[in-house]
Amino acid sequence: MKINDVILRTVTKIVVFIILTFGVELFISGHNDPGGGFSGGLVLASALLLLYMTYDIETVHKGIPFDFKKIAGLGVFLAVASSAVPMLFNNQFLNQAKGDFALPVFGVTELSMVLLFEAGVALTVVGVVVTILLTISEDVS
Amino acid sequence: MTNALVMPVLIPLLTAIVLTFFRNSFILQRTLSFIATASSAGIGVYLLLRIQSEGILRLDFGGWEPPYGILFVGDSFALLLVTAAATVTSIILLYAFSTIGEAFEKMYVYPFMLFLLAGVNGSFLTGDVFNLFVCFEVMLLASYALLILGGRKVQLVEAFTYITINVLASWFFLLAIAYLYGATGTLNMAQLAERVAENGQGPVLTVISLIFLLVFSLKAGLLLYFWLPGSYSAPPAAIAALFGALLTKVGIYALIRMFTLVFHHSPEITQSIIGIMAALTLIGGSIGALSSNDIRQIIAYNVVIAVGFILVGLAAGNELALQGSIYYVLHDMVAKAMLFLAGGLMISLTGKAKIGELSGLIRNYPALGWLFFIVMLSLTGIPPFSGFIGKVLLGEGLIEADTYVLLTLAFLSSLFVLYSLLRVFLNCFMGEAIIGSEEQVVLKKRTLLPIVMLGILTLAIGLGADAIAPFVNDAASTLVNPQTYIEAVLDKEALLKQ
Repeated sequence: MKINDVILRTVTKIVVFIILTFGVELFISGHNDPGGGFSGGLVLASALLLLYMTYDIETVHKGIPFDFKKIAGLGVFLAVASSAVPMLFNNQFLNQAKGDFALPVFGVTELSMVLLFEAGVALTVVGVVVTILLTISEDVS
Repeated sequence: MTNALVMPVLIPLLTAIVLTFFRNSFILQRTLSFIATASSAGIGVYLLLRIQSEGILRLDFGGWEPPYGILFVGDSFALLLVTAAATVTSIILLYAFSTIGEAFEKMYVYPFMLFLLAGVNGSFLTGDVFNLFVCFEVMLLASYALLILGGRKVQLVEAFTYITINVLASWFFLLAIAYLYGATGTLNMAQLAERVAENGQGPVLTVISLIFLLVFSLKAGLLLYFWLPGSYSAPPAAIAALFGALLTKVGIYALIRMFTLVFHHSPEITQSIIGIMAALTLIGGSIGALSSNDIRQIIAYNVVIAVGFILVGLAAGNELALQGSIYYVLHDMVAKAMLFLAGGLMISLTGKAKIGELSGLIRNYPALGWLFFIVMLSLTGIPPFSGFIGKVLLGEGLIEADTYVLLTLAFLSSLFVLYSLLRVFLNCFMGEAIIGSEEQVVLKKRTLLPIVMLGILTLAIGLGADAIAPFVNDAASTLVNPQTYIEAVLDKEALLKQ
């Protein structure tokens, strides 16, 4: 039986962008306000999940051809490696540096090392959540 | 500030992460993982030497000073265990290289072993109870994966029990941490010790300490060891050796740390309970080791006996007994790894695991036979091997503490260890050879080499007991004088100077 899901498909196309934007917003506001890599990553993953549910796995893979296991690995690497970097500058492990930068569009923005760590966390969460969902949804045959 | 303190955790962790990207290049996997474990051991030795001259080391993560931040604390006890764990892991890795097989190597067996080591080292080094929980989980998650790698039916059955028990224990752990935080308002171990000492260890705190006792006993296999023999005999020898050498030791470490540093004010309750549990563990482990006919089960029950033996020292609680326990933990890591590897090799060479089915192996594999004999002597505590010095010190400590029942049980258990392993030796190695020289599986030298190395190590610990003595004495004296630890962590003047 073919389900008529034209409404779902149309709504998804718009809603996915709202969710992704919200995920990025959560991620960026993370270290000073509620949010951060973990919750941001979960929201990003939920956008992907919506795509996987609306379209099938093959279609989404054509658009996003990443191995999510690798993304999770990259995320953990980024988080651990960025915490080890301060040791090169004779600071404690996990020490965070920050500074104000004048960026073209955003104006004077505070950027900090913790953003890298949070990016690692976010990538790990996205990678792990999608991997788990794909693993349990795939057929044995 | 000593960034080297995080290295025994960071190196295996980072290497494991990098290795997940190189799934199919086995040479790279082997080389990097061996370098990672060996260098962790080297850093362990370096830190151990620094502690002797500079006192207890501390690393505040991100510069957040205690009691607000999370920190790693390195005292002699922790670093001795870190060094031993990393050394034993690198030798076990050598054994895994030649035996584990391509299917396991493809399924990330080396990264998982490194994650396990990172968790184990983190548990030894951390100075924060919640961080201890996190490191426990890192170690356990890696052990879940290692236990089911290969996916044989027996592994899945045992993994189910193992995971259920450990998830339950972790839940209790979290509960105990929440109670402890509610009662004292801190989770920094040194500050906990200070606050418990100031306000007295009332009934509430004693109950909380008993929940911790329950949790760590489940992990260490103290009395609550029912899950242990099954799950330690399911995976391949290299992984079982890693479990037998490291996992229970982390529980033992946590017990000794918590009950000498924080909860040492009501010894009549906590230490008597630990004493009773240790005694029952010795009895139960001995019965198990004698009643089984499966080599793997006998070896696994020997782990249980050792746990009881080591914690008898904690029950006595004086400096001599703790010195004995520390020596014995170090010895047991090496000797248990050796026993698991030797036993596993017997099984993989012959394909049989029951002692009735094997006979006269010494004619086929003389070197393996004598190595098994050496590890048997070492575990029984015959000089010059490493078990001797620990048993002597522990015995003296028990006499000093007037705990003669425990003393009798502890030394009787040595006889049972001897008998259970002698039974394996006599049945499997002695007697008529049943495998002809044409049909015997060839034993490669590089498979035997790691067991020889462990044999040399147990002999070296036994003969070089004098060389290790300063470290062990320092470790034990820190344990009996918690004030040294507290001052090293919460030293206000040193904090201001930094």
